Amino acid sequence: MDSVSIVAAVSIVTAGLCMSIGSIGPALGQGRAVQSALGSIAQQPDERNSLTRTLFVGLAMMESIAIYCFVISMILVFANPFWTYIVKNAGG
Amino acid sequence: MEIVAIHQISPDQVILFQWGWIVINATLVYTWLVMGILVIGSALITSRLSLERTMPRWQNLLEIILSGVLSEIRQIDREGAENYFPFVSTLFLFILFANILTFIPGYVAPTSSLTTTAALAVLVFFAVPIFGIAKLGFIEYFREYFRPNALFLPFHVMGELSRTLALAVRLFGNLMSHEKVIAILLAVTPLFFPIVMQALGLLIGIIQAYIFAILAMVYIASASQAHGEKETQGGKAQTHGKER
Repeated sequence: MDSVSIVAAVSIVTAGLCMSIGSIGPALGQGRAVQSALGSIAQQPDERNSLTRTLFVGLAMMESIAIYCFVISMILVFANPFWTYIVKNAGG
Repeated sequence: MEIVAIHQISPDQVILFQWGWIVINATLVYTWLVMGILVIGSALITSRLSLERTMPRWQNLLEIILSGVLSEIRQIDREGAENYFPFVSTLFLFILFANILTFIPGYVAPTSSLTTTAALAVLVFFAVPIFGIAKLGFIEYFREYFRPNALFLPFHVMGELSRTLALAVRLFGNLMSHEKVIAILLAVTPLFFPIVMQALGLLIGIIQAYIFAILAMVYIASASQAHGEKETQGGKAQTHGKER
């Protein structure tokens, strides 16, 4: 294979792998967080507001990990620096 | 109609006007649009405030939003809430309007560009020491960096830098991913699903604005509280701030 197709194939496969592996951890963590938050709300409905606020902040922090993976895979697919370098060199 | 094509990951790449080295891109235009709406709108509303029993309905709206923000800030830091209030509420209002105006067709949220969110995160990065020094004084503020001992100085500095990066990339990633998801759904199932995702996107935008403001508030509060009084008032804020 020439270098153009190697870079293309590696970028695409890595983008998929990054997204799929990177979303496992945040998904499990968000599930646990929502589970325990629901349990706490069921036990103490009076503390609902502060629990919900803390839950949302925590969920956004966990979700940002998955978002980092998404940004990386978007960069790999749409704005890949190696790809532009290879294409520029190949085009002369 | 589509302003940002699907292969462009930021509205910075959409150049509307170029004259020499002056480049006007979509991010710039929409940022100024949001700022104009905020400035003109609040100037119009506050030009005729009333203390009577009946007040204009727009004044009522503004009071609801701002007193909500103020009460949220008070829950994190009771003493200095009025000091931080202008900065934090400005951040909140700008991000909120930048995000929820996406329901207008043709509008691209300026917060879906990394340059805007990086600028906002840099604002927070500089606001933390400014508020901290103003509250505690120069020596007391920088002593925090040497707790528990001088070995922890690089970790504190790394923490400040990485949380600034996280703040910028979180907002950018959420808004950008939402835009891309809608663009992909428009290509796959163009009839009904994109509307549902748009509605979800409004919720995401509001939550992200809230989170950005809350995190900025928590960082500022954790920097401007003296070490001794941590357990009493800001226990909740402290645990947030140290988790990052």
